[in-house]
Formats: sequence, structure tokens, C-alpha cells
Amino acid sequence: MEKAEILVELKKNKSAMAGLVIIAMLVALAVIGPWISPYHPLIPDPINRLKGPSWAHLFGTDSLGRDILSRVIYGSRISIIIGLIAVSISLIPGTLLGLLSGFYGRKVDEPIMRTMDIMLAFPAILLAIFITAILGPSLLNTMIAVGIVYIPHYARIVRSSVLSLKEQLFVQAVRSLGGSNLRIIALHIFPNTLPPIIVYATLGMGTAVLQAAALGFLGLGAQPPTPEWGAMLSEGRQYIQNAPHVAAFPGLAIFMLVLGFNLFGDGLRDILDPSLR
Amino acid sequence: MARFISRRLFHLIFILIGVSVLVFLMVRLIPGDPAHLLVGEFASPEDVSRIREKLGLDQSYPYQYYIYVKNLLKGDMGRSIRSNVPVSQEIFVRFLATVELSIAAMIISSCIGILAGVISSARQFSTFDYVSMVMALVGISMPIFWLGLMLMYLFSVKLGLLPLMGRFTMGLDYHSMTGLVLLDGLLTGDFQLFLNALKHLVLPAFTLSTIPMAIIARMTRSSMLEVLSKDYIRTARAKGLSQGAVIFKHALKNAFLPIITVIGLNFGLLLGGAVLTETIFSWPGLGRYVVDSLMARDYPAVQGCILFFSVIMVMVNLVVDILYFYLDPRLRIDGKG
Repeated sequence: MEKAEILVELKKNKSAMAGLVIIAMLVALAVIGPWISPYHPLIPDPINRLKGPSWAHLFGTDSLGRDILSRVIYGSRISIIIGLIAVSISLIPGTLLGLLSGFYGRKVDEPIMRTMDIMLAFPAILLAIFITAILGPSLLNTMIAVGIVYIPHYARIVRSSVLSLKEQLFVQAVRSLGGSNLRIIALHIFPNTLPPIIVYATLGMGTAVLQAAALGFLGLGAQPPTPEWGAMLSEGRQYIQNAPHVAAFPGLAIFMLVLGFNLFGDGLRDILDPSLR
Repeated sequence: MARFISRRLFHLIFILIGVSVLVFLMVRLIPGDPAHLLVGEFASPEDVSRIREKLGLDQSYPYQYYIYVKNLLKGDMGRSIRSNVPVSQEIFVRFLATVELSIAAMIISSCIGILAGVISSARQFSTFDYVSMVMALVGISMPIFWLGLMLMYLFSVKLGLLPLMGRFTMGLDYHSMTGLVLLDGLLTGDFQLFLNALKHLVLPAFTLSTIPMAIIARMTRSSMLEVLSKDYIRTARAKGLSQGAVIFKHALKNAFLPIITVIGLNFGLLLGGAVLTETIFSWPGLGRYVVDSLMARDYPAVQGCILFFSVIMVMVNLVVDILYFYLDPRLRIDGKG
């Protein structure tokens, strides 16, 4: 499918467009955040502790009197960056491993895929928790942990694409013309594995944001006073009886961002790779 | 069939060995010395080295792994640093709480998910179809730790309909028989206990069920739509069968394979989700235990729990594979060949 065709299809797809609008709004919020946020996200205001939503503080204030709206706005930067970096960490090695495994077959395939199977034997969040425990709780380590956990998923998807692609006529033609393995992989197979990778990476952004927020919620992600949504939600948990807004708004923000990526990813899948449905 | 199962068992053994090596190495990569933790901050270097020797930590890694596996095969996962109780015992008690929660979540997600998927497919492009698929997408996108807190606020704090947390009200006369409080309530005829436990179970189970429910609904719908377009469904309709008979007797039966696979594979999601749900609702299960153990750097407990979780996950995958093989006659024929 040509790029222009994809764009036309994309414009027609309601789900993709709805997702794109949500993502665009949150990315815009992340970019212009410092100029539009009404208060500083880190400076406490002890007089205004745990105040409910009002005109002065649209999302209310937290236990230190900080404006939750400002923290949510700043948090959007963190969550989007977490998603991008975590997905890159899984995507790059995952794609490489999948390409090698699928193309070279047995001797290369067996050790790589069996290692991936072992990684897949752990529930994702547990493996992420385990990796964070080794690396130490921090924002960077959260991204690394979430990234590592999803490497096998990309490796599997790319491998299965490569397995069918390498038998196709155009690959055999390049081979008979003397094309090297590297050339075949880089110029002929890899570009054709891109549609499923793009779809999975878009959906993977949502998953990465969710997992990172979960680690933050468990106290293993970003540390105070960083306005990371998961960590903010965790703090709100203590005040759920008297001040539910402290947890409500960061959670809503996580939900909106993940929903955006899922809607867009679903739409992309319909257009680029209906077989994944 | 036997060949298929033996091949899958061989694969399972390989995975389990790999998992045990990985867990063993990862636990040793966690910063901090377990011997130090065991004897406390102010212990003398002699005490620390004595404990290191006792735990075998002064040995080489391959030897330590050998001892670890040898003990594991005897069911000995070591002792918890915090409680000094055997880890296997701690895991077993908590695992039953997680099982109770996971089964309840699985029942809720399967019933609602399959029903929503079936109705959606039977009335494709209707308002119900549209709304239920939007709800499914919302379910997949929602952080369950947030949903849990919001449900807790609404139903426990605001409306006072359901208890805030825990497995049953403290002080209630409960003597464990099966370890599953609901079942114990039924078996002993103690309906007060049964109702109390049921009320405690509703919110965590519903919270845990949302993501699998959404996935099951989507899979049921797409699987049913595929089956409903087949010729034999047209024939069934042409024979004059009622809509209900066509949907449930002919279509759903044939659409069930991918649905079963998804239900089985969702078990991993449930185990992962249990870590978060149990933390929110103070549910005394394995998920919460593993997080607490990690925070307290109770390495034997962490090692045991993660290994246990992985074994369960691998076993469930095996059962799903075998069930799939059993239910699909085409695979059985291929497997023999």
C-alpha cells in the first residue's frame, strides 16, 4: 500500500482519527505545558492541602497543596517520553532478533526463540518489577524494565513475517542475482515487516504507558516529587476516602493517553495488517 | 495425541529450567547482601560470614544453583527472611487467596465477555454492537489500579454497599478447610461467612476481570462473525432454525476454539493483574506478597513467588495447548501424521 493510500484510508477510519486527535492533544499539552500550566508542579502550598476542584485549582490540590492540573500537564511529558523510550528499547532488539531468527532458521532461531519463550513465561508486570528491583527504582529504569519485558513480543511478530517473506519470489530473485544475506535482510525483508511492527508499536505505546504507570503506582518508578501519573495515583490512594480527586485525575490522564494509542493502533491495524485482527 | 503432549512436556521442562536459571541469576543481581539482611544492620562481620556460609552464598554460582535446584525438587524454596517460615508454606496459603480471586474474575470476564461478543456479532453494526465494542476498548485502556480505587470510592466510601478491603471481616469465626473462603462458607453451611466473603470479593474480582473481559468480548465477536458468514450457518437458517439455535448450537460451538485460547492465555494477565488488584484491595494473595517481599528485600520469598508464578503460567499454556489440540479434530489428524 502506498503512503498516499494509507493516509486516505487513515482519514476515513473513525477509530484511527479519534485516537490521533487524543494523542495530538496530549502531545500538544506536553509541548506547551510549561506555558499553560497555572502553577508550578513541584512547589508545595501547605495552606491549600487536599482542596477539591475549584476555579482556582480545576483538578484540586494534593497532600502538599500542589496544583494537580499543573502536575498532570507536566506528567504528560513524562508519560509520552516513557512510552517512546520503552517501545524503542523493545522494538530495536526485538526486530533485530526476529529478523535474524526468521532468516537464518534453526541454529540461530532455536537459541533466540527459546530465550524469548523463557522471558514470556513470566507475567509481564512481574518481570518488570523484578528488573526494576535489580536496577533500582527510577524513571529511567522503569523505561528499561518495560522495554526489556516486551522484546519477545516484537521478536515473535517480526520472525513470523520473515518466515513467510523469505520464501517469496522476490527474495529468491534477489538471491539468484547474487544479493548478499545482509542486503536481502536490510533492503528487501525488513521494509516488508514494517506494517505489523508499526501497528504493534502503536498499541505497544499504550501498554508501555500502562505498565510504567503501574510500576510508578507500586513505588518502583519515578520517585517524588516527579509528577509521574502512576506515582501521583499511588499518593492519591492514601486519601481516597476524603480526597478522591487526588487519584481520579492522574488516572483519567493515563486512561486517555492509553485509549488514544489503542484507538489509533486499532485503526492502523485495520488498514495496514488486517491479518493481526 | 501422546506424541504431541510429550513434545510439549519436553518444551515445558526446557522452559522451566530456563526460568529457574534466570530467576536464580536475577535474584543474585539485586543489590544488597541477603546475609546482611538476615542478621541485621549491626551484626559483626563474623556473624555475616557465618550466615553466608550457612546459606551457601560463599560457594560458586554453579554449585549454588545445583543446591537451589536440589532443594527445589524437594519442594524446599528456603525460608522467608521476614517470617522465618518456609517460603513454600507462605506461597501455598496466599496462592489460594489468589486462586479464589482469579477464578471469580475469570468467571465474570468469560460470562460477560462471551455474552457481549455473541450479541454484538448477532446484531452487527447495531447500537449494542457499537457500545459494547467501545466499552471493550475502554476496558483494555483503563489502568486497573485506577479503576479499583474509583470503584472502592463509589461502592465502599460513598454508597457503603461493599467492604473497603480485605478478604472477610476481621474477627469473623473462620476455620480454613479448603483455603477458599467462599467454598468453606458453603461447605460448612455458614452463610454469614459466605455472604461476607462474597461481598469482599465483588470489587477486586470485577476490577481484575475488566481487561480479560474486553479481550474475550472482542475475540468472541470476531470469531463469531467469521463463523456466521459460513455456508453451514446459511443452511441452518434455511432449514428454518430459530436465531437462538443458529447462534448458540451452530455458530458459538464452532467459534469456541479461539475463545478458549484467549481465556486460557488471559490467565497470565490475571496473575499480573492480581499484583495490582491485591495491592489496592489489601487482598492477602500472592501478588501482594511478592510486592511486599520485594519492598522488604526478602529474596527467598521473591525468588519462590516469581518461580511459582512462571510455573503456573507455563502449565496453563500447556493445558490450553492440549485442550486446543483435543477440541480441534484437524490438529489431531495432523499431530498423528
